Amino acid sequence: MTTAQAVASILVMAGVTFLTRVIPFALFGRGGQPPRVVAYLGQVLPPAVIAMLIVYCLRNIDLFSGSHGLPELLCVAVTAILHVWKGNNLLSIFGGTILYMVLVQAVF
Amino acid sequence: MDRKALAAAFPVTIPVLMGYLSIGMAFGLMLQAVGYGPLWAVLMSLIIYAGSGQYLGCTLLATAAPLPQVAMLTLLLNFRHIFYGLSLLDKFKGTGWRKPYLIFALTDETYALLTGAVPPAGVNAANYYFSIAILDHSYWIAGSLLGGTIGSLITFNTEGIDFAMTALFVVIAVDQWKAAGKGLRRHLPALIGIVCAAAAVVVTRMLSSDNMIIPSLVGICVLLLALRRQLEETENKREEGTAV
Repeated sequence: MTTAQAVASILVMAGVTFLTRVIPFALFGRGGQPPRVVAYLGQVLPPAVIAMLIVYCLRNIDLFSGSHGLPELLCVAVTAILHVWKGNNLLSIFGGTILYMVLVQAVF
Repeated sequence: MDRKALAAAFPVTIPVLMGYLSIGMAFGLMLQAVGYGPLWAVLMSLIIYAGSGQYLGCTLLATAAPLPQVAMLTLLLNFRHIFYGLSLLDKFKGTGWRKPYLIFALTDETYALLTGAVPPAGVNAANYYFSIAILDHSYWIAGSLLGGTIGSLITFNTEGIDFAMTALFVVIAVDQWKAAGKGLRRHLPALIGIVCAAAAVVVTRMLSSDNMIIPSLVGICVLLLALRRQLEETENKREEGTAV
């Protein structure tokens, strides 16, 4: 692959990625109100998408072999419990992550 | 640069700092391994700015994929972003010259932070969102640069540090859950998200595919639209409730 080809590929990736991000604004962001169904989706999508992203992060765990996904599920639970309990972002995230690092490096 | 907004935004972005430094480094290393040095990594992180998209990019560069294929695979992988903007149409109104950059910088993590972002009192909202976006982007660039330069020298065991990203999403989900109030119906969007995504993982695994995002999003939208009447009722009640 020549340098020019590599640069062209990178430009295409950048252009397409930006396109996926700009489409909703190009369609509905220009003054006025978006259609009500779009406004509705915009309102209810975030919790569904965040839940999906959590599952996405965990998609490669195997419940039936290896560590059975125990470190992941345990650390998700610990993060959530810490956050319900103390409500401090950094404490919850550091707590869950450090526990996870210890578990995958030294325990499982 | 609005220092006050930057100072207010920084603590919010620390989890992304941890996550982006580590997965950005992994990207820099991966790109190095297929023959493209740190400057290439920085270029890609600067103008593409998409985590999984750039991992895919390493493979595409390594295999000298034809441009139509590059475009198609990037589109499929990043298709989810189309849904992200829908929730930020209002927030990005009145952000002026910052708006194109805010749209460009809409990664999963920045979207997650921005949908919940409430600027502290006395901080300009547009500058606050802009600071979050630009800080996240700078972590990503720094991570890929480090990965491409000194990544192979790091002996400290960082295995598992990318869990920070999972933990960030968990924390945001908990905040959203609390904000939704009491009653099962108010949590339906989150529950729909989990169920659709889990079902999509199972199905795509059976088909030996890794792309669970698009089927998940399709399922989520179908269910959310089917339950529109019920969910809008709860939204309205909540708004009336807070107005009193």
